[in-house]
Amino acid sequence: MTLSRRDTLFLGAGAALAAALPMPAMADAVADAISAFTGGADVAEGGVTIDAPEIAENGNTVPVGVSAEGAESIMVLATGNPTPAVATFTFGALAASQSGSTRIRLAKTQDVIAVAKIADGSFKQASATVKVTIGGCGG
Amino acid sequence: MASGVKPRVKVPKSASAGEAITIKTLISHPMESGQRKDGDGNPIPRSIINHFTCTFNGETVIDVKMEPAISTNPYFEFEATVPESGTFEFTWQDDDGSTYTETKEITVG
Repeated sequence: MTLSRRDTLFLGAGAALAAALPMPAMADAVADAISAFTGGADVAEGGVTIDAPEIAENGNTVPVGVSAEGAESIMVLATGNPTPAVATFTFGALAASQSGSTRIRLAKTQDVIAVAKIADGSFKQASATVKVTIGGCGG
Repeated sequence: MASGVKPRVKVPKSASAGEAITIKTLISHPMESGQRKDGDGNPIPRSIINHFTCTFNGETVIDVKMEPAISTNPYFEFEATVPESGTFEFTWQDDDGSTYTETKEITVG
């Protein structure tokens, strides 16, 4: 079989399309996780604080703290991980502040998103970009 | 099955009523994410702690649902209010069904 110039261009376009596909699929997983948490309600920007380093030298343990005034629960997502879910903090009656810190794994440079469910039923979110120089998900 | 799991918790010995105290917890656990491969290229099965709770005299302080993205030796830091003397109870639930608990007394006066 001989490849004409037109065939080659067509193959190239197909390969480029296949390479571009995983990105929207990841974005969908993040959107799905957020809508599962909010039940489809609108999410306002701001009102949530993410305490994360700008540059993480080791993606295996990235210290991340989240807090949101008056929050019932806060969900943390890592948009660039194989699975975006990280943790969901739920605060009880004896929590002195609606904040928590932990250490997470980040596979590569990506955005960390925190979505807070406020006691009045509204939702707020914030995101922070963390540059990762060595990945944490076995990569 | 995770081996060598050891919970460690740091709680102040005493506090004044209604004071906000900071609690730090760490538990030794490999937290295999299920994303890694061994030397032969076979995936290593997932083995993580999926839930952490802290209660004070039976009332919830914090409840955390954990996913494989939590790092090895999960660490948590949070704040709690102590209305009276009592006991903090910390519980970690493993994927394999094991539960690890730790208790700490605090005196309010």
